[in-house]
Amino acid sequence: MNEKKPIITVEKMTAKYGDRLVLDELTFDVKRGEIFVILGGSGCGKSTLLKHMIGLYKPAAGDIRIGEVSVVSSEGEKRDALIRRFGVMYQSGALFGSMTLLENICLPLEEFTDLGKDARELIAHMKLSLVGLAEFANLMPSEISGGMKKRAAIARAMALDPEILFLDEPSAGLDPVTADELDDLIIQLSRSLNITFVIVTHELPSIYKIADRVIMLDARTKKIIAEGDPVVLRDSAEDPWVKSFFNRKTQQA
Amino acid sequence: MTKQASSSQTECRGHLESGVLSITVTGRLDAPSAAHLWPDVHALLETKDVRSMVVDGSGILYADGAGTALLVFMRQVALRREIALEFQGLEADVAAMLELYPAEKLADPIAAAPKRSSDLVEQIGHAAWGAFVGVKDHISFLGELVVGLFKMVFHPGGIRVKDFFSVVEASGPQALPIIGMLGFLVGLILAFQGAVLMAQFGAEIYIADFVGKSVTRELGPLITAIIVAGRTGSAFAAEIGTMKVNEEVDALKTMGLDPVRFLVIPRVAAATLMTPLLAVMTNLFGLAGGAVVMSGIGFPLITYVNRVMAAVTPADYLGGLFKAIVFGLLISSAGCLCGLRTGEGASAVGTSATRAVVSSIIMIVIADGIFAVLFYYLGI
Repeated sequence: MNEKKPIITVEKMTAKYGDRLVLDELTFDVKRGEIFVILGGSGCGKSTLLKHMIGLYKPAAGDIRIGEVSVVSSEGEKRDALIRRFGVMYQSGALFGSMTLLENICLPLEEFTDLGKDARELIAHMKLSLVGLAEFANLMPSEISGGMKKRAAIARAMALDPEILFLDEPSAGLDPVTADELDDLIIQLSRSLNITFVIVTHELPSIYKIADRVIMLDARTKKIIAEGDPVVLRDSAEDPWVKSFFNRKTQQA
Repeated sequence: MTKQASSSQTECRGHLESGVLSITVTGRLDAPSAAHLWPDVHALLETKDVRSMVVDGSGILYADGAGTALLVFMRQVALRREIALEFQGLEADVAAMLELYPAEKLADPIAAAPKRSSDLVEQIGHAAWGAFVGVKDHISFLGELVVGLFKMVFHPGGIRVKDFFSVVEASGPQALPIIGMLGFLVGLILAFQGAVLMAQFGAEIYIADFVGKSVTRELGPLITAIIVAGRTGSAFAAEIGTMKVNEEVDALKTMGLDPVRFLVIPRVAAATLMTPLLAVMTNLFGLAGGAVVMSGIGFPLITYVNRVMAAVTPADYLGGLFKAIVFGLLISSAGCLCGLRTGEGASAVGTSATRAVVSSIIMIVIADGIFAVLFYYLGI
C-alpha cells in the first residue's frame, strides 16, 4: 500500500458561523495510515474543522474529499458509501443511553450488514476487547466511567471497519494513565489495522507520542500557522506562538 | 447482490477423515462474505465425532473485522467443544488480525445488574418503597416551593426577574394563538350542539346561558389548563431535566444556589400568573364562538350579549379564574418536580416530560372534581 497517498484532501476550505469567519481557506491533506493531529488553542475552530471533514457542516467555500469523493457535494447512495468509510468518536462519547455497550456497537452492524445475531455480538465483543472493555459489554453507558465511555465510543466507531477514525479530544478529561493507555490503543490500532486517524487534541504529551504529522490552527488569522512533525516544530518553529505552545507546556509537564 | 458476488469469490469447504476435520477457507473475508459463510461454518463446526480441527487459511486473501470474527468464532466453538484447532498457512496480515483478539481477552461479560427482581414479593416491596419515596419527595418539594413562594412575596427582590419574564412570555403571550383557536372552536361547537338540541323546544335563546355558564365555569379554565400542561408543563420538565442530565442542577447546588429558588420559583410564579390570564382569553374566544352560531341562527348580537351578561354571575367567572390559578400552580410545580427528578440519559428527559403532562392532567381533573363539590356546597 502506498503510504504517501493522501486519503483526505482539504482544499481552500472556508468555514463561517453566520457572518463570523472561523476558518479561512485551509488547504492540507491527510495521508493513508498516518496519525494526523489537529492542534490549536481553545476556540480556534478545531472541532469545527473536524465537523466539516465528516460532512456534518457544509463549508462556505472550498472542497473536502475522502479518496476521490467530495464530502461536500456527494449525496444519496454515494454519500452513504462515503460515510461508511469513516468512524467518528465525539467529545462526550455520544453513546446511546438507552442501550448497553454491546447494543451500541451491534446497531451499525445490524443496520448495514447481513450478519446474524451471534456474529454481530461476537464482532461487538471483539471490538470491545480491542479497547479493553470486553467484560463490560452488558452495562449501560450511565454505569461506566468517562474514560470507558470514550473507549466504548471508539469501539463503536470501529464497528464497520472504517478506513479512517476521527477522534474529537479523545484524552480530554482523562487521567494521565488512562489517557496514555488510550494513546497506546490508537497506536496499536493504527499499526495493526492500518487505520488513518484524524485527532483533535491539545494534550502535548499525547501529541508527541502519537502524532505523525500535525497542523496547528490560529485563532487570530483563522489559518494554519504550522504544519509537520511535532518534534521538528518544537525544536525549530519560528512563530513565537507556536514555539510557546510546544515548549512552555512541555517544561511544565 | 454483494452476497452473490462474494459467495462466488469466497468459499468454505469441510472434509472429515479419521476424526480430523479439515476446513478450507478461500477468498476475501469481509462483512458480506462472512455473513454468507457464517451458517455453513457453524454447521460444519458442529460436526460430530471430531477429535481435532485444522483450518487451512492459506487461500484467505484478506480479512476485515467481520472476517476475523469468523475465524475467532471457529476458535471459540473449538474451545467450547474442547477440540484442538489449528490455523494453517494464514497470511501475515490475517494472522496479525487474529492475534488482536486472544481468547482470554474475550472474557465473559459481567452480567448487567438485574433491572427487576423476579420475586413477586420483592417487586411489590420495591414498588411500594418507590411510591413512598415519591410521595415523600413530592411533599418536601411542595414545602420548599411554598417557602420559596412566600419568600418571593415578601422579598420580591430575590426573584430572577429576567428568567421570570422570559417564562411569562413563553407560557403566556406565545400560547395565545392556540388558546384563541381552541377557545373559539369549543364555543362554536358547544353552541352548535346546543342549538340542535334546543331548537326542538324552541329555546334557542338559552344557548347563550348554556355557552356562557359552561365556558366560564368549566371549559375555559379546563381547556386552558390542558394546553398549559402540554405546552408549558412539559417544557419545564424537559428544560430542567436536561439541566439535570448535564449536571447543571448539581452545579447550582455546589455553588450554594438553591435550584428551587433559581429554577422552580420563577417558572411556577410565571405559569401561575399566566394561566388565569389565558383562561380570560379562552373565555372570551369561547363566547365569541357562541356568538357566531347565535348570529347564524338569526339572533342579533346584542341579544346574545345581554343574555350572557344576565346568565353569567361574577361568582361563575371569578370561580373559573380561581380554578385556573390553582391549575397553573399544579401544572408548573408538577413540571418542575418531574424535571428535578429526571434520571440519567436522553430517554430520562422524555420520560420526565411525559410524566409531567400525565400527572398534570390527572391532577387537573381531580382538582376540578373537588372544586365542583366545593362550589356546590358553597352555593357558587
